Amino acid sequence: MMLVQQILFIALLVYAITRFSRQVRKIRRNVLLGQDEQITGSRWKRWKNVLLLAFGQKKMFRNWIPAILHLFVYLGFIIINLEILEIILDGILGTHRLLLPLLQDIYPVFISAFEVLAVLVILACSIFLIRRNILHVRRFEHPEMTRWPRQDANNILIFEIILMLLFLTMNASDQALQLKHYGHYHAAGDFLITRPIAEGWKQFSPALLVAFERGAWWLHIAGVLFFLNYLPYSKHFHILLAFPNTYYAPLEPKSQMPLMESLLPEVRSMMGLAVENEPQQVSPPAHFGAKDVFDLSWRHLLAAYSCTECGRCTAACPANQTGKRLSPRKIMMDTRDRLEEVGRNIDANGQFVDDGKSLLDYISEEELRACTTCQACVEECPVSISPLGIILELRRYLVMEASRSPQEWNAMFTSIENNGAPWAFPPDERAQWAAEL
Amino acid sequence: MHIPTMAEWQAKGEMPELLYWVGCAASFDARAQRTARALATIFSRAGIRFGILGNEESCTGDPARRAGHEFLFQMMALKNIQTLNQYGIHTIVTSCPHCFNTLKNEYPALGGHYQVWHHTQYLYRLIREKRIQLKPVSQAALQSVTYHDSCYLGRGNGIYDAPRDILQALQLKVVEMAHHRSRGLCCGAGGAQMWKEEEKGNIRVNIARTQEALATGSSTIAAACPFCHTMLFDGLKHAGKEDEVQVKDIAELVAEHLA
Ligand code: SF4
Ligand code: SF4
Repeated sequence: MMLVQQILFIALLVYAITRFSRQVRKIRRNVLLGQDEQITGSRWKRWKNVLLLAFGQKKMFRNWIPAILHLFVYLGFIIINLEILEIILDGILGTHRLLLPLLQDIYPVFISAFEVLAVLVILACSIFLIRRNILHVRRFEHPEMTRWPRQDANNILIFEIILMLLFLTMNASDQALQLKHYGHYHAAGDFLITRPIAEGWKQFSPALLVAFERGAWWLHIAGVLFFLNYLPYSKHFHILLAFPNTYYAPLEPKSQMPLMESLLPEVRSMMGLAVENEPQQVSPPAHFGAKDVFDLSWRHLLAAYSCTECGRCTAACPANQTGKRLSPRKIMMDTRDRLEEVGRNIDANGQFVDDGKSLLDYISEEELRACTTCQACVEECPVSISPLGIILELRRYLVMEASRSPQEWNAMFTSIENNGAPWAFPPDERAQWAAEL
Repeated sequence: MHIPTMAEWQAKGEMPELLYWVGCAASFDARAQRTARALATIFSRAGIRFGILGNEESCTGDPARRAGHEFLFQMMALKNIQTLNQYGIHTIVTSCPHCFNTLKNEYPALGGHYQVWHHTQYLYRLIREKRIQLKPVSQAALQSVTYHDSCYLGRGNGIYDAPRDILQALQLKVVEMAHHRSRGLCCGAGGAQMWKEEEKGNIRVNIARTQEALATGSSTIAAACPFCHTMLFDGLKHAGKEDEVQVKDIAELVAEHLA
């Protein structure tokens, strides 16, 4: 009987991990569809960002209430995973609470800590559900929060609650069996949360308790493996990608735009300047700026998969706050959606077959034009995403390649070219302000 | 007072302490010109030898770049860098946060390496080093003022303190708006918005921001960017408050407080 369970468990584990890694490889492939971009700057600073922002959740604490609740879920997730290690080993080896003899007296201390966290996770997730579905916190209410993103967020919260309840049920029935000195359920010491529950459950028959314990054990681990495979389809993938994304996020000032080196030789030769370091022959870009996901840096694509859809960017966006159609969160969600579409296209055809669409079918010119480049979105993002970076790349395409810019901007460009100022004043009037001194 | 251009300094065979990069707004916009004049006054009071580029200064290319016209930006940048390097410029002070960001952060990649100061940083240094004397505290002092963070100074370059420190040195009471420092609300001009109609929405960004400023009850809104300045002034006019409340650049406030 035990052996059958072991084989079943190993099969499930192998299946879940294989399937998950296939999904991750696909996401990696999609991210690498982006333009190559060299990562420069101090590694130390990057690791510091990972520590502070991803591990330390620093940006979250700009907003205390959600930060603390999120911290419970986050710590719960990381720490309870230690317990999953034991569960997996038990599953493979057919043992029960493998680490008990090793840890002895400390064992119940560990489990008690996990249980306290489990309760905090349930509490936090419940409050999150209330915030989203009853209080309707504004940040979660924008037009881009259509059915799936809302559903996704609720799915995750409900799922976490169920997993924690299963974990507690497993422990409570186990403790009750221990109290009865039943079978291999050796006394493991008192677990803080489930011991009192076990007192009440003692009245149940051992058979029922074993069914509870085994049932909860299986459902819990199967649920965890299911959750693992749900991640790649969900905004919840951020729990993994937040780390690389904060590592690779630009270290430059938020207001600094990256130079389009590919243009430089042409501009220099047009101005009669010597073209420096010729040998490196940069091939001309497919597009000036970005029309589709292929034209964006892989860093932007990684960011799209890292987005938590939390809407902190949108809540701070001056354009969005004043009723413009621009929402930086939507920029990230659109980028991911388009990239997924491209990925499915590749899955179906072996390679990308032109579908006549581009990222600009998802993001309108009106949205792109509303941005004031104020960097509030970049400042607020807890996982170091820059929606602004994508907006500016798309603007480059609109202006330089598609020649789609508002009339007033064209006038501004002409003025700069002819007068060296964005207004039609001649250079010789430049110093007139000083005449009145 | 005559402000010598770099060409004039060069003709004399001398090198000034710094170049004042005026920027297009302070060159041509009537309100922003006051900032330029205030700065020139402060510099000369402090005995600083400075020059301007006059008709050799051009747009840094910032609005073109933010609108998406990288090509035009690179042209302007290369042209300006040529001019700056030809004069051997090493220190630049500018009264425009957009010029500041471009000169400081974006020109190095194109071969322009300078020590760039925004005027609030530089003025604070002059005050700290007692190179300018301020009027002693008067009864009129302790007026309250609110400071509007420019995105390109604050979030862009982390300059939050210098402007506030100056206001404090002027014995003004700084009352913060609902959104300030890294949470500061944009005035609505950045990203080349200054040169086009706002997209459709419920309210203009500058009107929203001016409402926040008015809510502080301050009679002065201090700005550190010519574009914010214009946007906030328009916001005041919209609210019909331009007679009760004034928008002033930090440089103007410092000039008024010179002993
Ligand atoms: S940079 Fe653009 S998208 Fe980001 S918050 Fe500012 S206006 Fe909104
Ligand atoms: S970009 Fe950042 S702030 Fe905006 S929704 Fe995504 S994770 Fe949140």
